[in-house]
Amino acid sequence: MSPENNIVELRGLRKAFGKKVILDGLDLDVPRGESTVIIGGSGTGKSVLLKHMIGLLRPDAGSVKVDGVELSTLDNRELTRFRSRFGMAFQEGALFDSMTVAKNVAFPLVRLGLGSEKERAKRVEECLALVRLEDAGAKLPSQLSGGMRRRVGFARAIAHRPEVLLFDEPTTGLDPVTKDVIDELIVELKETLGATVVTITHDMESVFKIADWIGMLHGGVIVARAAPGEFRSLTDPRVREFLGRTVGAHQTH
Amino acid sequence: MSVLPFEGFFREVGRFGRILWRVLAWTPRPPYDFRELGRQMVRVGVDSLPVVMLTAMFTGMVMALQTFNVLARFGAERYVGSLVSLSMVRELAAVLSGLVLAGRAGSAMGAELGTMRVTEQIDALEVMATDPVHYLVVPRVWATTIMMPLLVLLADGMGIWGGYLVAVVLMGANPVSHMDNTFRFMEVSDLTSGLIKAAAFGLLIAAIGCQQGLYTRGGAEGVGRATTRSVVLASIAILISDFFLTKLLF
Repeated sequence: MSPENNIVELRGLRKAFGKKVILDGLDLDVPRGESTVIIGGSGTGKSVLLKHMIGLLRPDAGSVKVDGVELSTLDNRELTRFRSRFGMAFQEGALFDSMTVAKNVAFPLVRLGLGSEKERAKRVEECLALVRLEDAGAKLPSQLSGGMRRRVGFARAIAHRPEVLLFDEPTTGLDPVTKDVIDELIVELKETLGATVVTITHDMESVFKIADWIGMLHGGVIVARAAPGEFRSLTDPRVREFLGRTVGAHQTH
Repeated sequence: MSVLPFEGFFREVGRFGRILWRVLAWTPRPPYDFRELGRQMVRVGVDSLPVVMLTAMFTGMVMALQTFNVLARFGAERYVGSLVSLSMVRELAAVLSGLVLAGRAGSAMGAELGTMRVTEQIDALEVMATDPVHYLVVPRVWATTIMMPLLVLLADGMGIWGGYLVAVVLMGANPVSHMDNTFRFMEVSDLTSGLIKAAAFGLLIAAIGCQQGLYTRGGAEGVGRATTRSVVLASIAILISDFFLTKLLF
């Protein structure tokens, strides 16, 4: 694959918190316009990896290239502007609890100075309709359930039509129906926006529904990366163990 | 493990300096959020008004009560007014209001920003092209720095009034000579030095509260720690800087 086809390229990424090494020379390519899913157990540093892609964390060593631009060469203001090409949905939504749902979704549009007030209101409606929450605009985040908050977080992440969408454990701890809704939404977003999607999760059921590529994070590196069909038949013991465990755990439910 | 003695102390001072620098650097940049500034001024200033007034009034009353009896021993009770007013204006109104505000507003900032940090709202701001210092810290720091002198000005008045109540109404001092003595020895510099201190304390309270909030780690427990530290560190900063400001301003 030629480098132009990768929107994100990570090389030799290293990050430690104190003495605890989280990422240990990690390499990863994220192909443009496709859906990459990173799997791995809890505490393996999936969120840390995601936060490096958008410059929320800076690596101790190694390089993060987004669309050919090395993030470490950008100063804070350039980085801020660069980030407008991304949309990120956080694990628990991370909605601003002092603002209504509609104001939350409009936030990136206002901050980036996109559109008139009328156009913004229209876009907010569109995004809320996309996550099936068209009536929730006037509510406060505290009046919503966990799954609804997360969907609002999605709407907020896509409002400014970003090129790259990052999803941090979008379905963890949700009921099966909401899970399906969110999985479908991710696929739909990729197809309708033409966006690159990077999702981290340990929910294997979702993985096979939404992934074009699956990468497995273990011991601070990506130990395997393959298309879903191929991934199932990998013989790497770490992959087998992860697949076996999650499938096993699922059957006991 | 600390490598240096006082490593933690130096780290806090370094972070504080960085926050202060970033506040100054971001202040002149648009967009200007005057609505948020107004909101914070109401939260910090107007909402703290009753407790600041109460503190100042009772301090003035107690001072009059204490000094009246002592000064009466050598026949100088007519100077109660001077003593109360000068102490309030130069020193007590600013320090006491500062300590009250550290407990009321500084803690709230530590808790609010701390909660935003642990629920990833601060990360969300950064992702959406918004600098958290610009968006959250700048309005809070300016609101507190502007409101503190105004609060202290009112506290000065309340303290003097409390002193008057006790001296004149309770102890039977002559109202005219009391009021005369209240302002007789006071100079404009007494008042301004107190207000300059107040502004400095306001800056310290907000910057420390916001700094503690932004650097919060570790869930609900971390938020609790950030809140406590906001109050403790701001109070210590007020007491220590008060000494140096007093030395500098007179």
